[in-house]
Amino acid sequence: MVTGAGGSVRRLTEPIKGWLQRFALALLVAAAIGLMILGKADTGFVERLRITLTDAAAPVMGVLSRPIVTMTAVIESARNLIDLRAENARLREENARLKQWYGVAMGLERQNQSLRGLLNFIPGPEPTYVSARVISDAGGAFVRTVVLNAGGRDGVRGGQAVVDGDGFIGRIVEVGRRSARVLLITDLNARIPVVVEATRTPAILAGDNSDRPTLTFVPANARIDAGQRIVTSGQGGMLPPGLPVGVVASVEDGLIEVRPFVDWHRLEYVRVLDFALPGVLPSTRVAGAVGPL
Amino acid sequence: MTRAGALYRAGRALRGLAPFASILLLVFIGALPFPVPGLSPVMPALTVIAVYYWSIYRPDLLPLVATFFIGLVQDAIQGTPLGMSALVLLLVQGTVVSQRRFFRGKTFLVEWWGFMLVAPVAALIGWLLISAHAGTIVVPRPLGVRLVLTFAAYPCLSWLLGRFQHRLLRGT
Repeated sequence: MVTGAGGSVRRLTEPIKGWLQRFALALLVAAAIGLMILGKADTGFVERLRITLTDAAAPVMGVLSRPIVTMTAVIESARNLIDLRAENARLREENARLKQWYGVAMGLERQNQSLRGLLNFIPGPEPTYVSARVISDAGGAFVRTVVLNAGGRDGVRGGQAVVDGDGFIGRIVEVGRRSARVLLITDLNARIPVVVEATRTPAILAGDNSDRPTLTFVPANARIDAGQRIVTSGQGGMLPPGLPVGVVASVEDGLIEVRPFVDWHRLEYVRVLDFALPGVLPSTRVAGAVGPL
Repeated sequence: MTRAGALYRAGRALRGLAPFASILLLVFIGALPFPVPGLSPVMPALTVIAVYYWSIYRPDLLPLVATFFIGLVQDAIQGTPLGMSALVLLLVQGTVVSQRRFFRGKTFLVEWWGFMLVAPVAALIGWLLISAHAGTIVVPRPLGVRLVLTFAAYPCLSWLLGRFQHRLLRGT
């Protein structure tokens, strides 16, 4: 009797349950699509939600990525032990060469200083920096970003340049309290004002999700050859000038590919440069100053 | 009810979170900065594997809301448009749960073959969503390699999830 009643109840509830399930699925799918559209429309809500979620995940990612840092260090030291001799010889040779360069650099520095004195040159601002660790390197096939374990509370601000030991890697695009996202120079959305170091030819470095970003908006009469160094131009005042970016890898049919200096799979610790151009006031202070006038 | 009974129920409820927790952990693992050249763009879609697995074996322990939330976290960490992974994972779950009777009691090869049908469609939808969001056709460069690696990762990961399920969820 009881079983019969239970059975009939189940017969009744099963279709309702199934219907509710389908309804929930449709609702959540609609919510996901709605979020994507909202995000595209650039409302602050989606941005804040993303930053909150990333911030919440940052401590977990920080802990989980620790063993990887240790593992890399162990592998690196093991590799170093294996070719210690060869490495030693190479370093001696490099040291000798660097000593020569040191002499040259010191001479140039003195000459530069005296010339600056003659010209009454005003030096640009020296950037200060925040060091941070890369805790996430994801994005799958479509996005080239990394997440750092430093955020607003550490002094990281949107738009700041990020470098590692080899050169410029990208710019801060999102800042949470304890995490920040870097848009790498290889991302589809990255556009960086650069110059060819030797000839000062200006161009825009445009990422396309491949490992080789390309140079665009190159002046029509400019000549660019493979092997030339590309550095940031500092145009627009957003980035410090002269940060090493990469070398021209190939020039074919107007397509100029650049090989970045950065070793992408070895991004561990990076520096976020705080480059405050004198005279450029934060927008809030500008707005405040406009008020009384 | 005795205290032991209450503890048992609490433990059972906690173990019920196992599928959710395991997928969330895979979101984090998939996003770690492994020092392997070129890995990041071709990292297997671990969450698609896990959602597929749990949708076959314990759909009762993976509510749709949980999948939605996991998708949001994945999008936030990866920097993909918020809602994209949520949508893809929900569609995977919806599809597999509706076809669950077909998979029930079949061999592992059938299960794997089913995954090889679902994963490319999931990747294709993800690519379409990204392209629509970017307003341009994003070149799906390493997508093929990523798919092959995802296929290859399936047996290994589903075996691990199976051990996990066997250990934690017996009797729930």
